[in-house]
Amino acid sequence: MAIGTEAMKKDPILKVERLSMRFGGLMAINDFSFEAERGEITALIGPNGAGKTTVFNCITGFYKPTMGMITLRQNSGDEFLLERLPDFEITKKAKVARTFQNIRMFSGLTVLENLLVAQHNKLMRASGYTILGLLGFPTYREASRESIELARHWLEKASLIERADDPAGDLPYGAQRRLEIARAMCTGPELLCLDEPAAGLNPRESLALNELLQEIRRDTGTSILLIEHDMSVVMEISDHVVVLEYGQKISDGTPDFVKNDPKVIAAYLGVEDEEVDEVIGEIEEIEGEHGGTRQ
Amino acid sequence: MANVASTTASAGSELTARALREAVFAGLITLGLFVLFVGLKSDQNIRNELILTQRWGLLAIFVAVAMVGRFLIVVYVQPRFAKRKAAKAAAPDVVKKDTFFTRQWPKIAVVMLLLYPPVIVSLVGVQGSLKWVDNFGIQILIYVMLAWGLNIVVGLAGLLDLGYVAFYAVGAYSYALLSSYFGLSFWVLLPVAGLLAALWGIVLGFPVLRLRGDYLAIVTLAFGEIIRLVLINWTEVTKGTFGVSGIAKATLFGIKFDASKDGFAALFDLPLSSAYYKIFLFYLILALALLTAFVTIRLRRMPIGRAWEALREDEIACRSLGINTVTTKLTAFATGAMFGGFAGSFFAVRQGFVSPESFVFLESAVILAIVVLGGMGSLTGIAIAAVVMIGGTEILRELTFLKMIFGPAFTPELYRMLIFGLAMVTVMVWKPRGFVGSREPTAFLRQRRAVSGSFTKEGHG
Repeated sequence: MAIGTEAMKKDPILKVERLSMRFGGLMAINDFSFEAERGEITALIGPNGAGKTTVFNCITGFYKPTMGMITLRQNSGDEFLLERLPDFEITKKAKVARTFQNIRMFSGLTVLENLLVAQHNKLMRASGYTILGLLGFPTYREASRESIELARHWLEKASLIERADDPAGDLPYGAQRRLEIARAMCTGPELLCLDEPAAGLNPRESLALNELLQEIRRDTGTSILLIEHDMSVVMEISDHVVVLEYGQKISDGTPDFVKNDPKVIAAYLGVEDEEVDEVIGEIEEIEGEHGGTRQ
Repeated sequence: MANVASTTASAGSELTARALREAVFAGLITLGLFVLFVGLKSDQNIRNELILTQRWGLLAIFVAVAMVGRFLIVVYVQPRFAKRKAAKAAAPDVVKKDTFFTRQWPKIAVVMLLLYPPVIVSLVGVQGSLKWVDNFGIQILIYVMLAWGLNIVVGLAGLLDLGYVAFYAVGAYSYALLSSYFGLSFWVLLPVAGLLAALWGIVLGFPVLRLRGDYLAIVTLAFGEIIRLVLINWTEVTKGTFGVSGIAKATLFGIKFDASKDGFAALFDLPLSSAYYKIFLFYLILALALLTAFVTIRLRRMPIGRAWEALREDEIACRSLGINTVTTKLTAFATGAMFGGFAGSFFAVRQGFVSPESFVFLESAVILAIVVLGGMGSLTGIAIAAVVMIGGTEILRELTFLKMIFGPAFTPELYRMLIFGLAMVTVMVWKPRGFVGSREPTAFLRQRRAVSGSFTKEGHG
């Protein structure tokens, strides 16, 4: 397992160690380890059914892994063992937010309300767990105003400000994807996990998505972990790529390294194990071109 | 053919031809369907022999009705509907104007309700007002309050609860038993009843947290029945099916509504009448119902209310945003149950008698029907639905003139459930999302626009 990054930095925000997830007789993830650096964009790629979303679900607590340890170290130095936390506390305490492969909007709430729901825990505290807010204490009104300002900030970033008062279910697909990211950002995460954010987007929208993600990283310092099929997104914005196939890591390194890794090419082109050497030979012949990783 | 006049003559004759064709077709189907049912009738003659009576005339009437009906539908009704649909599609989305009435109407409604008893008293006199204040006013307001309470669970949080009447029973029995065993006053026991009902709401909430949809509904249904069966069988405490009678009346700042020297009537120099107590009760339930509405409106703008609605929309997304769905569901159950408990203790104080008879499943079904008919989540719609459903069935008692039409043996109350069912089917066909299907957003940046019912979800558990 070659290491492609020139020098491994020493400050990972997320450390996944020997993660395994078994569903009955199916080993969806098998002894998978990787690290996501703080402040970087880490991409998790792999062919369909490789177990990418399962890894995500383990990180965000929707699945409890069969084995392994997932450690999240916040900027403050606090460490959380994610496999031990219930799913909602992973967002609440460990500050990991996520989006879903098939968008999960609150379609009957307005776009603005979607972002206010995301600030639930903060507002709950400000409203004295509802009681003070019910009695009309000013602390809640103040917090409520601030939460709307934060929502406005993210709506502007996601260029959804025009649609703020429309029902979320009324937005076009691409806008819903951006809204889901804005909503996740409203929880104030340190690690943002995006499950195929570019799926179903047209080239223009996926360009806008690249910019949004890079802006998020630049302005808030949020580390991003993303699953993606769209290689233009992966190669463009990620600092570090991890490749998964049949629940196992087959490559890990910079985008350029991964792109030229024969194992990755073999996995994507669907070559039998015995033929890998053959393929490596062919790759060496066409060295320099890297269209091969695209599907 | 006035409504086809706009189309060309050829199109008109084509339509008639098509209508004739379809009429003949409908006639054939009717003939096929009814030839054995209506055309032939097996009978026994005087010698106990089976004979066939032929009723070709009746069959002809059936077929004729079907043919004429189909013809009229194709020629008149269908073009009219198509035209209306086209007109609706062509018309631009008219933004409803915010008139004074639409903006202020909740306030107007409250003022009208406050003025209701004095107006009734001045119209029909003190004794005559009894029926209108008690049977109509109080009865409807109890259901409004119950439906608003259930609305928190079903309409906002999207948790289908078929056993809501259990909390109503808990509230009623809390007051009935605690006041008769310990002599505590209504005003002390009202919050106690609410708290006890909320507690039972949480007790119900725990086992059903993992359930969704139909499964949740069945367990809540069972819970309602368990409470009722406990009330029937725990005879030492609840007196079983005999019920608890002689429940103390409520007092107004210590003033009793009775014939005593310092009673309400004596104190204000009024003739002794139970109408004053009923009017007092009317204002009491009005205040309780308005409290429910106020709390619901407030809660919707708070994080917990938004979390309830988000839970109805998508539970997994809620969890991914750090919302503890367990406590969110439990608070919804507890809050809804608490208002049911308030309404229950009011019910006990109004009746002076409670028995398990009052807390059957049908009550839960009626309350749920009001919530669904009104439009889940909408306070206005639910209030309208309660007036229509409860007021409508009450008004049936008043329709004595129907006896003149259907004969003296006709009792309109007996058709209550039939009309109830018919009304529900009609409303659901006409407005599948209830009277008020849209949803008011709880926050806005520029403009508050109602969210169409087609986007909101009904919840799944």
